Amino acid sequence: MRIPLSWLREFAQVPADATAEDVMADLVKVGFEEEAVHRPTDALKGPIVVGQVLSLVKEPQSNGKTINWCQVRVVPEGQEQTLTGKGIDPSGVQGIVCGAHNFVEGDKVVVTLPGAVLPGDFHISARKTYGHMSAGMIASVRELGIGEDHDGILVLSRIGLDPEIGSDAMELLGLYDQAAEINVTPDRGYAFSIRGVAREYAHATGTSFTDPASLVKAPAELSGGYGVKLNDEAPIYGKPGCDRFVARTVRGVDATRPTPQWMVSRLRLAGIRSISLPVDISNYVMLELGQPNHCYDLDKLSGDIVVRRAAAGEKLLTLDGKERTLDAEDLLITDDSGAIGIAGVMGGANTEVSDSTTNILVEAAHFDEVSIARARRRHKLPSEASKRFERGVDWNLANVAAQRVVDLLVELAGGTADEAGTDVGTAPETVTIELPAGFAAARIGIDFTPEQITGCLEDLGASVETTDTGYRVTAPSWRQDLETKEDLSEEVARLVGYENIPSTLPVAPPGRGLTRAQQQKRRAVQALADAGLTEVLSYPFVSKAANDTFGVAAEGAERSAIKLANPISEEQGFLRTSVLPGLIEVARRNLSRGFRDLALYEAGLVFLPEGTLGTESIPPLGAKPEAAVLDGLFDGVPHQPLHIAALMCGHDSPAAAGHAPRPWDWADAIDAARLLGDVLGVELVVSQGSHQAFHPGRAAQLALRSGEVVGYAGELHPKLLAAHDMPARSVAMELDADALFDTAADVIVAKHISGFPVATQDVALVVPQDVPADAVLAALREGAGELLEDVALFDVYVGKGIEDGKKSLAFGLRFRANDRTLTADEASEAREAAVAVAAERFGAVQR
Amino acid sequence: MTDTLPGAAIPNPLDEAAITAAVEAAVAAIAAASSLEELKAVRLAHTGEKSPLSLANREIGGLAKEHKAAAGKLMGASRGRVNQALAARTAELEAENDARILVEETVDVTAAPRRRRAGARHPLSTLQDRVADIFVGMGWEIAEGPEVESEWFNFDALNFKPDHPAREMQDTFFVEPPEAHLLMRTHTSPVQVRSMLEREVPIYVLCPGKVFRTDELDATHTPVFHQFEGLAIDKNLSMADLRGTLEHFARQMFGEEASIRLRPNYFPFTEPSAELDIWHPGAKGGPRWIEWGGCGMVNPNVLRAAGIDPEEYSGFAFGMGIERTLMFRNEVSDMRDMIEGDVRFSEHFGMEI
Repeated sequence: MRIPLSWLREFAQVPADATAEDVMADLVKVGFEEEAVHRPTDALKGPIVVGQVLSLVKEPQSNGKTINWCQVRVVPEGQEQTLTGKGIDPSGVQGIVCGAHNFVEGDKVVVTLPGAVLPGDFHISARKTYGHMSAGMIASVRELGIGEDHDGILVLSRIGLDPEIGSDAMELLGLYDQAAEINVTPDRGYAFSIRGVAREYAHATGTSFTDPASLVKAPAELSGGYGVKLNDEAPIYGKPGCDRFVARTVRGVDATRPTPQWMVSRLRLAGIRSISLPVDISNYVMLELGQPNHCYDLDKLSGDIVVRRAAAGEKLLTLDGKERTLDAEDLLITDDSGAIGIAGVMGGANTEVSDSTTNILVEAAHFDEVSIARARRRHKLPSEASKRFERGVDWNLANVAAQRVVDLLVELAGGTADEAGTDVGTAPETVTIELPAGFAAARIGIDFTPEQITGCLEDLGASVETTDTGYRVTAPSWRQDLETKEDLSEEVARLVGYENIPSTLPVAPPGRGLTRAQQQKRRAVQALADAGLTEVLSYPFVSKAANDTFGVAAEGAERSAIKLANPISEEQGFLRTSVLPGLIEVARRNLSRGFRDLALYEAGLVFLPEGTLGTESIPPLGAKPEAAVLDGLFDGVPHQPLHIAALMCGHDSPAAAGHAPRPWDWADAIDAARLLGDVLGVELVVSQGSHQAFHPGRAAQLALRSGEVVGYAGELHPKLLAAHDMPARSVAMELDADALFDTAADVIVAKHISGFPVATQDVALVVPQDVPADAVLAALREGAGELLEDVALFDVYVGKGIEDGKKSLAFGLRFRANDRTLTADEASEAREAAVAVAAERFGAVQR
Repeated sequence: MTDTLPGAAIPNPLDEAAITAAVEAAVAAIAAASSLEELKAVRLAHTGEKSPLSLANREIGGLAKEHKAAAGKLMGASRGRVNQALAARTAELEAENDARILVEETVDVTAAPRRRRAGARHPLSTLQDRVADIFVGMGWEIAEGPEVESEWFNFDALNFKPDHPAREMQDTFFVEPPEAHLLMRTHTSPVQVRSMLEREVPIYVLCPGKVFRTDELDATHTPVFHQFEGLAIDKNLSMADLRGTLEHFARQMFGEEASIRLRPNYFPFTEPSAELDIWHPGAKGGPRWIEWGGCGMVNPNVLRAAGIDPEEYSGFAFGMGIERTLMFRNEVSDMRDMIEGDVRFSEHFGMEI
């Protein structure tokens, strides 16, 4: 909401030298955030004066244009030029070249004299052009920054002005005024008006306030006016769409009269363009009082006005020139011809006032917030009217605002008001709120005196009655947002000032610290950084193709994902089922910025639609849903496990003198996954895997001991890398971290440490190529029995001396007993037992 | 007896002068050896089989019986002196050699290569941990919730009326189909309601996490960002408790000079509501007030939605943006730096913020 200060001053005690910034600093204390300052003089500097064109000589130019060489009087005849400066003619007549042709000798115009500055940091000076010394400029509204019209210069008589020559044109056009723009929170509809903000300004500064509504002399009752029927057959939430409709008629207006400059400039500062006198008056009253209203061309109406819901498929050409198909829930203003407006949102084109309008019907009505909000959303028609109605308009204002419009039409447009008028509807029930005596103090923490409480509430416009237990409060008609004792507590605190709230630190009961899973997550995320990887964050929005490629769903299964109804880009309209697409995007961005060696990781949620998605309906607010309903809400939320993924490409470390970096390879990806298993205390079972995103021969499936698959690691598929312009041999891993957290043991049972000597034995086994090393290792472990302390693969050999299709695996076995020193025979025996199992299982032969 | 040079004549093992001369020649040669190699040659020349002393020693066998003892004694002492000198010189030369090797092995330590890449945490993630730690230190617990959420938890349970403009101001991503009432949470506040449903009062929880709004990415907006939300439900909590908690937290984050300011505002889920500004003494361009987040006393309708009696309990809640906090705490001027994943951004911070 923009507040022109000259307007605010009419109703509040704003110091003469206060700036928009000063006013905003006061308003912020009562809850209105500063948005912007609108001050024409920030971009506009004089001398800018009224001039009269004495002579005008048309001079055709070689470039095809014709210019006007003008002599313009900028000082009244007989007076002396008091301005001095380069380019200012002491004679009071300036020679000016002008390219516009919409004026004639004798016209009064706006002259920007040498030394003036126009918006865009445009400095005016005397300069030689088209063979003349042009000392100034005859300005258009666009050059002055007060309008868009650039068809010609501003001819003052055409906007109804005949000022004295040489007078200050900036003053004349209201350009010394300024506006403070504040943000109005959605609960405070009343503050979308000068009336509301002036009252708040008075609260903030402790000064007096004059209610503009009190200055309007509206009749207490109206009758005999235009026929209006309120006929809502389908109220929303039981509330009728319209509960008050005031109609007034003014006859014999001249709609073509120019709007006075004081009104034009206030509207402009408030952000509203001047259209025509009746429309400007309507907007002016809306801004001043907060009551949206509408002017109809009375002669275009036929029969009674009926406020009703639309028939499905009904159509209306709205003021903005668009034909709209109406919804059965839309609340309409209609006459015998059909719809003439969408109530509270926008009027229809057919009954619009025009230059030829002489008789006007003024509407000021009160509409239900929900009804207006829905219509506005449906038709995507945010208007000044709907903005106010959605947030709540004072029911008592309709009659006052209609009278104010009537008064201005009479005063400025030369109309005559009919005595008769229409006022139909039902006043809402008065609501009283009980505020227990100590409640506000307990909730706010300030020991308010009874005088503070009643004083603040009465300042707001509420009526307060003291009872045995506290206060009975009737909120003012413009504060429908005040419904509870909490609302009243806020008002008291707000007016007393939040800065007076003391500070106490409540002590929470003894807590349990981070949960096990929270600690595990931290450890896992930190471990990868410690291992030299860089944590990044990516958006969860991906394409369907990315989910199909990277999703961990089993081969052949329908890969489903959650789709957004209103994504930022349709391309990336799905929620990720894997973190890897985001990492690839981040990697590509880094590659494009010249970083070839990357090791990235991200921990983030993925979204797996399983079971029922959502709920058909949702329970109402303000009450705990029944257990079954709550269960439904919980169950309808899709599974969203935490995944941790890593992506590496290029080399593992920076190249340096004396250090040869190693290219990242498939084993690094598996190692990163194993690292997570290690730091979480979970054994990951690695086996040859198959995943569409990975190299078919270089993918490891990662599983828990239970067999549950929790991820993949290895080299990404060469085709996929090529398709994404990624370096060849890039590697990646992804794990379902939540599954790991769930598996980790709560308590780790200590192992006996034997002090007896170790006996080591090496064994080389020849097995078929396709036997996984890990399986042979498991066989050895199984066969060696409990004397085996550790076994590790230390060499894989294929080549000379080994039959084709076979490989030699060399293992080191460490034996140790808990209670004695092992003899060489005992160790050998255990080794042979181990080899025997491997031989039996895989036909392994000792070399 | 002038001829005692090696190889020239065999000295008589009874000729003390000749033997002493041989010993002294050996000792002099040993002392003159400047390397272990030279010393080896000296040792062969003066103690080897062909050396005068060895040859003289061999002569003892052919001496008359009565001379053998005197000759043996002389030769033993003489050879002992030579061996002692040899051992001493060997130790000296070995020590010199060791020292030389160490000198020769000198490297330029300033040219040491970095063999291991330095990893890094994303500062948004580190900052979330930091915030959580401050509250855990106060006895609060950390609560989490899903990012795709039921509309009820995100709006209705938080007292957003179905057609109220406040609901629309949240710029929500909805999940297909809209009739399923699922959305991407627009704030961390739904975790408040989940916490109240899952826990017993009193409740003191902090809920950090990702939130989503349909904003395009620019220098100050991003469709995905992070918040942390605090919620306290207890008997007799007031706005003074809210202020005290926020002040304590602000000082932990920004130093003892930090202070806060509350301004009236509106949120459907709190009443009274306040905007929270922080006085940031170390702000770039000088100390100033910075808009930090929203807060207020939990609206009774929110307590009712979780089955908590608002006549018995009251509570406060607050929410701040992690990105915003990082922006003014660590002078990040462009939102995109935090979002794009450029490794330089994370790596600059390393493991800290």
